[in-house]
Order: sequence, then structure tokens, then C-alpha cells
Amino acid sequence: MTGSFHLWPPQASEHAGTLDLLFGSFGAMVAVLTLPIFVLLVLFAIRYRTSNDVNREHAESHNLWIELSWSIIPFLLTLGFFVWATSLYFDLRTPPPGAYTINVVAKQWMWKFQHPDGTAEINELHVPANTPVRLVMTSRDVIHSLYFPALRIKQDVLPGRYTEQWFEADGPGTYPLRCAEFCGSDHSVMGGQLIVLRPALYAEWLEDQGSFGTSATLAQQGERLFRGLGCSGCHGPASAVKAPDLAGVFGRPVGLSDGRVVLADEQYLHDSIMLPNAQVVGGYPAIMPTYGNLIEPEQVNALVAYLKQLGPPQGRPE
Amino acid sequence: MSAAAIDLEREPEDVERTSYLRAGYSLRSWFFTTDHKRIAILYLVSITFFFAIGGVAAALIRLDLLTPAPDLLSNDGYNRAFSLHGIIMVWFFLIPSIPNTFGNFLVPLMIGARDLAFPRLNLLSWYIYIFAGLLTLAVVLGGGVDTGWTFYTPLTTMYANGMVVLAVAAVFISGFSTILTGLNFIVTIHKLRAPGLTWSRLPLFIWSHYAVSLIFVLATPVLALTLLLLLAERVFGIGVFDPSLGGDPLLFQHLFWFYSHPAVYIMVLPALGVMSELITSAAHKQIFGYWFVAYASIAIAVIGFLVWGHHMFVAGQSLYASTVFSFLSLAVAVPSAIKVFNWTATLYKGDIDISAPLLFAMGFIVLFVAGGLTGLMLAMLAIDVHVHDTYFVVAHFHYIMVGGTVTAFFGALHYWWPKITGRMYNEMLARIAAITILVGFNLTFFPQFMLGYEGMPRRYHVYPQAFQVLQVLSSAGAGLLAVGYLMPLFYLLWSLFRGARAPANPWGATGLEWTTSSPPPKHNFTEQPVVVRGPYHYPLKHPSSRDHG
Repeated sequence: MTGSFHLWPPQASEHAGTLDLLFGSFGAMVAVLTLPIFVLLVLFAIRYRTSNDVNREHAESHNLWIELSWSIIPFLLTLGFFVWATSLYFDLRTPPPGAYTINVVAKQWMWKFQHPDGTAEINELHVPANTPVRLVMTSRDVIHSLYFPALRIKQDVLPGRYTEQWFEADGPGTYPLRCAEFCGSDHSVMGGQLIVLRPALYAEWLEDQGSFGTSATLAQQGERLFRGLGCSGCHGPASAVKAPDLAGVFGRPVGLSDGRVVLADEQYLHDSIMLPNAQVVGGYPAIMPTYGNLIEPEQVNALVAYLKQLGPPQGRPE
Repeated sequence: MSAAAIDLEREPEDVERTSYLRAGYSLRSWFFTTDHKRIAILYLVSITFFFAIGGVAAALIRLDLLTPAPDLLSNDGYNRAFSLHGIIMVWFFLIPSIPNTFGNFLVPLMIGARDLAFPRLNLLSWYIYIFAGLLTLAVVLGGGVDTGWTFYTPLTTMYANGMVVLAVAAVFISGFSTILTGLNFIVTIHKLRAPGLTWSRLPLFIWSHYAVSLIFVLATPVLALTLLLLLAERVFGIGVFDPSLGGDPLLFQHLFWFYSHPAVYIMVLPALGVMSELITSAAHKQIFGYWFVAYASIAIAVIGFLVWGHHMFVAGQSLYASTVFSFLSLAVAVPSAIKVFNWTATLYKGDIDISAPLLFAMGFIVLFVAGGLTGLMLAMLAIDVHVHDTYFVVAHFHYIMVGGTVTAFFGALHYWWPKITGRMYNEMLARIAAITILVGFNLTFFPQFMLGYEGMPRRYHVYPQAFQVLQVLSSAGAGLLAVGYLMPLFYLLWSLFRGARAPANPWGATGLEWTTSSPPPKHNFTEQPVVVRGPYHYPLKHPSSRDHG
């Protein structure tokens, strides 16, 4: 965020370096393919200008082999870069298992971040360095897009569903974060800072925040909501109502009443709270009321965090 | 030039008498005309007017971006400026620009017809366009909209302020003008070709207008449907796109880009047709690879319908869909590349007249290639994740739509000006304008590629200090570009009164439009033309027997 002029954005992750290499080498290839055209255009225009007396005989009007070679060879070269860029994109869309999850809630015109220990912050995102960090994001109103230029990544943030992105920042530093999707009046000031700390310092920072805020973790806040909102009345072990048992549901396949089988990921848990009738578990009546207009995205995040760690006795490590 | 001018003084008097421009002087003879040439002039004047309005909005944007602070415009004022700029430039300038002016004027002339197949429908199409344009002006006077030209939901349906309903209605209505023009061109090209004018003898300008007409007719109804759904949600609260009403915001993006990506080809295909005419005429030579260039237009029109998802790589679209869209987006570049290679090969061993139309054409090729190649970069998934929705994208599509289409529009305006008006313009001033536009354009938009890669999102008017140098360069370029665009306004208008009279064929070009007088008579040809050979039949000039012009 320095005020000085520079020609290249800082690199804050290994991916940023790789992407710059891809961009640079693809740029070099297209330059090599294009410069001859520009040179020939000018050269032909000058050499064959009407006042220049040169031989113009035997100019071909078509040539199949030339046509095929100048169509196919550049296309094949481009396909090589397509494979590289696509594999990088798959990496970007596949967070490593056990990545550290932070929830993001966007609204006109601010960013709210919820850390697993319950710490929340606005327009500043503190993350540990050299740790895969996964952002699970949703919006309270319109579409936003969370963009970290120094990490070379962005992802749109949509109302009513989760989208995610992940990164591994490689050293301490402060970098800008911006909204990249036009979202109304103050779009161009909907920004903030990504603050990368050494893991030990990050832990310390979390501790400091906890000392003068709530001390409950996100999952504990979720557990409180689970009882407060009446979820436990039906989903609890002693309930008389026929409702699915939620212990260990996260990460397991769930058979639905319409015959589909879906993976119980964060999106599924989110949708089951907000729009319960869209995906009804097989063998259960569709009696759950919708919480769509009753609870805030931050509360859904807390509930999901609680359900995720609600493992069966043998449990998933989370 | 002066030697030629003396020659031109001897134009026969009856050209003057029979010219379509002399067929009537009353307002009625213009506003109720069914002559495709007069309707083309109506379009030319009206799109120039909208180009100027869109240009004023662009000037406000560039002035505001001179400093990183919000000083000239408020946040909302800036949002309204770029929304207006986008809506007017896309629907009221770029889409009708070449097809409705030069297409309207030239399609019947080039195929040896008296008029389009449905002359009254053609006039209706102009009235619909004007009605939609007036609605848009009402939106401007009423304070504008802050939706962006993309009308993304739920921002547009639930949150945006301003005259959203009227703006959307205006775009909806303008679509019918487009559909009618497309229909008219398709029927005309199928049914009204002169005797002997087989498909293999069609000028490439006609091929590209045929391709663009297919998109007009097939894509525009999807836009109409999408905008109706948008209005249903905004006005009646019927949930289609807003998740809080049970809708899906990505559905809007799919529908919108299913139209709007082909719309990019609507804007560029006619320009590609213009290029083939300008290059062959300047080189006095057969186009290299006629069939490749012709079918490339059709391939672009067809594949262009299958690439819309490349606008949604970071929107939440599935990984596998993105991969397929990325691949198809690379594939659609192949026919465009074929055209560029063939134009270059056409110049080889040509007999080249380096005049203003050729300078515009060469400028077009350079800018179109730069725009196309940065488009390939955007089609690469991982690169798009970084530069999507940044100035890199802004620079890319301005290279295609302004560097490409607007440059081709000016090239066409100069090349066919003698035919349309019967007057020659000042060649030296035209060359200076062509070069000013090329330099000004690059100075405006090249820095925006750098801004984008550095991480400046689009639609920002408050930005970090570090970006100011590039923003100031860009605004300075915009000033130069404005000079380049204003120059023709003056010397072309001047030529109407003082320009030398144009002969029937000032460029020594082939093509039926050059076989009739300049300007053409009311019914185009005094005798029905009969076509006996291909479109670019230029005899070879031998070095020994050359006739210096």
C-alpha cells in the first residue's frame, strides 16, 4: 500500500510467482507470433506501394497448406498454455484438507471476517503465514468479489450461498484487499487490508482480541444458537420429533427423499438451515420451518462451525 | 490530388439530377423515406449524436480519474457516468454503428439490388431505435442509473437507485430495431442478389453482414427475455434472480452473457467485413484465401454462442464448465487469427495505395490483434482469476470495440464517403486523423493493461496513489483521441460544401457499388447489373507496363 509508483504488484504467495511466470511466458509467446505480422504489414505496404516498380507476378490467391499451418500451429502452442492455466485453476479451486477456515460476510460496503476462535474483524483480515487458509464467503445483499492482488486471486461473493477461495501467504506483510464486483454507491472504497503474521504472532493476536471481546469460539457460539433458536428441540438426541441426527453429518454423503445423494459440506448445511425444503433427507417428513429470513449470515456461519465439529465418537479431525 | 480534381469537374450533369440526395428536399422526404440510402444517413446522423453523448460521459470519467480522490464526481455520480457511457455506447452506438449505416447503404448496392427486401420495415427499425434512444435521453435527464451496462442482479433489481425501469425498457425496445434489421439483411441477401451473383462471388462485407444478421436474430430475443424477467423482479417483486425471493443471481449472468458475448461479435463482425473491402481495394488485389475469410465469419458467429461462460470464471460457476468455456474461447480466436493472416498475405505483391482508408485498416489490425491476444490471456483460467473485473478487462474490450470497431467505422466512413456524398475529403487531414487516433488510442488504453495487472478493479474512482501516473497518462491519451475523433467531423462536413466532386470509382476498386454514380441514383443502378466474376478481380499490373497514378 505504498504511495510510490511501481510497475509490478508485490507477490505474497508462491502462486503469485507461478502466475506471473505463466502470464510472462504466454505474453512472450504471443509477442513472438504477432510481431512478424506487424513488421510484414508495414514492410508490404512500403515495398508494394503503387509508385514502387517491383515484380508483382505469381502472387497466390489461396494456399490450403499455409492456411492450415497458420491456424493449427498457434492453436496447438496456445493449448499448451491452456493446460498449464487450467491445472493452476484446479489447484486454486481445491483447498488442501484441513485448511484453516475463516468465514467472510460481505455487505454494502464492508467486509466482515469471522475467525474460528470467535474473533471477528472488519475490513482487516489477519492470517497466519505459511498456512493454507480457506475463506468460506457469503453476502448479505448484492454480489461482491473479494480480491487480493498480491495473491493474484479473487472470488465473487454471492448472497444466499457459499463460495470459497484459499491461499497460502508466504511471509509477513500487509497487502490490499479490494471489492472487484460493482456493488453500488461505495464500491470503490470497499477495501481493506490483508495482514499476514507469523503463526506465533497470529496466535498472540487472536489472544489479544479475545481478552476484550467474547471468549466463545465460533463453534461455541453456534452451540448456543443451536439451543437458542430451538434446533436442539427436534435434532437433539432426546427429541420426540422425527428429525435427522446431526452428529457426524459433516463430510458424509446424505440420501435425499428425491433419490439424490449429496455430500454434506458447508453449502449443504447452509442450505438446510436457510431453505430446508429444497433438500429433504430421505425417510423424514418435510416439516422443518425455513430460517431464511430469521437469522443472519454470521449466525449461519456459527451454526455450521458447530455442526462441523459435532462428530460421532470416533470423529473426524477438525 | 489536384490533377484528379480537374478530371472530376467533368462529371456528367445527370449524376447531379438523379442522385438520391436530390430526390427531395422536404423533411417529409427524409423522415418518411423508404430509400435504404437515406435511412442509412438518418442512422449515421443519429448514431453520431449518441456517440457524442457517450463520449461526454467518457470525458467525465477520464477527468475524474486524473486524481485518486473523489473530487470531480461523487461516488454515485461516477457510477452513473460509467453506466450511461456503457449503455449508450453499446446499444445506441456500437451495435447499430456499421450494420445500420454502412450495411444499410451498401448491402443493396453491393448485391445489385434496388433496395432492401422490406424498405418500410427498414424505416420502422430506425423509428424504434430513435424511440428507444429518446427514452435513454429521458433517463439521462432524469438523473441516470447506477447499474452498470451489465445490469447485474440483485443489485439492479433490489438495490439500484435511479431510473432503472426506463433504462431497461429502452434497451429492450432497441432490441426490436436490431432484430428487424437482421431479418431484412438475411432476406435481402438470400433473395435480391443480381443475376450471376452466386454465394462464391459475394463481397466479404456481405458475408460478415450475413453472419452478424444471424446473431441479431438469434441472440437479441434472449436479451429481451432476460430484461423482461429483470423488470418482473424489480417492478412486481417476482423472485427470479434475487436469492432472498428464491431466485438465482447466476441465472441472470448466464442469460445476460448468452446475449452479450455474441453481442461482442455483433460489434466486431461488420468491422471485419469492412477490413476485407479496405485491404483489397488499397492493394488492388484478390483477397488471399476468400473461402477461409468468408467461413471464418460464420465460424465466429456460431462458436461465439458457446463461450459466454468465460465471463463467469470467478462467479461461482462449476470447475468443469469453466474448463470447457476456456477451451472454446481459445477456439473462437482461430477464425479471427485466420482473417488477420489473410489480410497480411493480401498485401503481399499488391499494388498498394497508401491512403487514409488503408491507414485506418492497418491501425485496426494492430489494435484488433492486441485486443484479441489479451482476450486469449483472459480466457486462460488462472490468469482470469487475477485480472477479471480489473482494468485489464476494460483495456481488452476497448481495444476490440473502440480500437477495432470504431477504427473500422472511421475507415468505412472515409472509404465510402465519396460514394455516399459524392464529394472527396482532404486526404492529408484524413491521414493525420488516422495516425492521431492510433497514437491517442494506445496512450489511453495501454496503461490500463498495466493498471489491471497491478490490481486496479474496474468501476473504481477512488484509487491508491500508486496508480495515478498511469491514470494521468490514460486521460492525456483520451484527450488526444478526442482530437482525432473530432477532426473528421470538421473536414468531412467541410467537404460536403467545398470538396472536389467524386468520380464513380475514385479508388479503382471492384464491387458493384463502384459501378454506379457517386452519389448513386435513387434506385441505385440505371441498368440491372449482371455479375460474371468473383468480387476482387484486379488485373495484374506488369512491371514494364505500369501506369503511375
